[in-house]
Amino acid sequence: MDFLQPVIDGFGVVLMPSNLLYCLLGVVIGMLIGVLPGLGPAATIAILLPLTYGIEPVTAIIMLAGIFYGAQYGGTITSVLLRLPGEASSVVTVFDGYQLARKGKAGTALGIAAIGSFIGGTVAIIGLTFLAPLVASFALDFGPPEYAALALVGILLVATISNGAKIKALIAAAFGLLLATVGRDVFTGAERFTFGNLSLADGIDFVPVAMGLFGVGEILYNLEERHRVAQAPATVANVWPSRKDLKQSAGAIGRGSVLGFFLGILPGGGATISSLAAYAVEKKRAKNPERFGKGAVEGVAGPETANNAAATSSFIPLLTLGIPANATMAIIFGALLIQGVTPGPQLMVDNPDLFWGVVNSMYIGNILLLIMSIPLVGLFVRILRVRAAILAPITALITLLGAYTIRNSMFDVLLVVLFGAVGYLMKKFGFEPGPLVLAFVLGALLESSLRRSLLVLDGDVAGFMGRPISATLLVVFVLVAVWPMVKSAMDRRKNSLTSSPTTSKENV
Amino acid sequence: MTPHREKPAEGSESVDVIDDDLTPEQLAAQWQAEAPPPAGPIANLAASLVVLALGVAGLVMSIGLGLGTPSQPRPGMWPFVVSLVIAVLALAQLIVGRRGGRDGEKFSKLSWLAAIGFATLLAMVWLMPVIGFEIPALLLCLVWMKFLGGETWRGAILYSLLVVAAFYGIFILALGTSIPHLF
Repeated sequence: MDFLQPVIDGFGVVLMPSNLLYCLLGVVIGMLIGVLPGLGPAATIAILLPLTYGIEPVTAIIMLAGIFYGAQYGGTITSVLLRLPGEASSVVTVFDGYQLARKGKAGTALGIAAIGSFIGGTVAIIGLTFLAPLVASFALDFGPPEYAALALVGILLVATISNGAKIKALIAAAFGLLLATVGRDVFTGAERFTFGNLSLADGIDFVPVAMGLFGVGEILYNLEERHRVAQAPATVANVWPSRKDLKQSAGAIGRGSVLGFFLGILPGGGATISSLAAYAVEKKRAKNPERFGKGAVEGVAGPETANNAAATSSFIPLLTLGIPANATMAIIFGALLIQGVTPGPQLMVDNPDLFWGVVNSMYIGNILLLIMSIPLVGLFVRILRVRAAILAPITALITLLGAYTIRNSMFDVLLVVLFGAVGYLMKKFGFEPGPLVLAFVLGALLESSLRRSLLVLDGDVAGFMGRPISATLLVVFVLVAVWPMVKSAMDRRKNSLTSSPTTSKENV
Repeated sequence: MTPHREKPAEGSESVDVIDDDLTPEQLAAQWQAEAPPPAGPIANLAASLVVLALGVAGLVMSIGLGLGTPSQPRPGMWPFVVSLVIAVLALAQLIVGRRGGRDGEKFSKLSWLAAIGFATLLAMVWLMPVIGFEIPALLLCLVWMKFLGGETWRGAILYSLLVVAAFYGIFILALGTSIPHLF
């Protein structure tokens, strides 16, 4: 069993005290921000990027990963108790979770969600353990054309699957690609878009962009967003679900694990989409779907399982192909680059400690989260009493001072603040910052792979279609690019055919 | 941070008991109604034009860098392609979103809070190298807590002092970073 040796060695990495400590720190932070409405995992990870400079790569990624999947657990708590989804991925949990809480079964809902999350997360880690080496070995043969095609498809999928205006998301992505070209051209050494500024000659650093767009952008946005203030929730009793509840939701947990795992792998997929899909599946499968929305346990179990499974499995494309599947993964990608580690098919071979250390830390993290979310749930509920007005300046100061510590440069801090304004304005005008950051991270890879492939192919663009993998990926690219246009054209035709009552109903 | 039990912050809504029996569809509709209105056609026009201008500027500068041929690309080739995509997409958005669409958010009176927040951040960046981080940070906390967050004077002053002291302890005393500081 040569294959399992590095996996087992990975446990040795996880069990080092410092790694355990940072794993705990990560999942606690994740739980906290999951409970607090406002900052999401992407923003939190971005703000904490400076922290990762001082620690080992494995330790840093273990912590950041913990924040990501920890937030999936935390988001459930407010959904169930207060009907306030802490995270986008817990929105559907509100429907049945809150109804259960009203029936005095808040404990059941939280317990089922925690157990489902644990099972979903664990199933996804096991899946990751076996699938990741396969994907990586497949990708070892990839040449520049394949990478160029893969990066293009990844960016496009993330941009088009995001909710909101598709064209605007694509514009954001293209703008990210343009930002990535600032600085010295690696092929010719020519300076591009630097305007003679020395600080720009080495290109724009990823960290200020991510900290600004996600961190400060969201902080500014939250200043004007008056969050509904949470009223103190009822006490939660009896967190352990009954045997009957467990039996009832076993199927939903099983399906949620599988669904979430696969949706998490897809670029643009991830926790939010899989929780929506799992809810839809459970409702469709149910013998009496009218129970849903009135406190069906499966309506909590399915989505909560799926979002955790997806949060875990979305590490697969990042760690094996070097292509982040969503905005949060893009930031972790950036964090790895800071540490001098380039994610890709070589990662598992060159850095088995890092790869398996991070993967195996998720087992520990999930156990920690299970412990925290069942007995300690009351403690986290109390966190809700901390007011946004006090938290906002604290997060702002952490961001500014943190940005300074990276290179002791006020220019970096200024960039963070300026990108914060850009992020805020993007949100107000309906442009999502996610595709921008993702494209920015992949920009250099995309450009250099494109130019290398053109060298290989003698400048013949059609050569991409001569290679099976890049051809397939480009066909996917075209389909994804064209499909929304076809669909909207079809919708328009349908709308013009249907009579006015339906349209007036939509407007109500 | 200790949770504390003073009055709930301003604008807290009364416990909504009546509408507890909402179906998911009604709940979603309620969220929709409470959400701020979309940015609207003027915002779309403005945003599309800004993007278009960026795209055109990118095109012009890329040509200045030299394009070359696909087999012998010069530095401007890739930025040129990307800028072209941006310009084309901007034109498409100009037309598709002419009626406003459902995305974005209208600016409201509360948007001033974000603008003031941004101004204080800039002031902090400007003052930090001059007089260290402590006083600007204290002022930033006060402004954000009192004026942007609606805390009481007493609470704002108390928490601001605590926060700055904590940051001093962590960043200067414990971690020994070189953040400019006065004391």
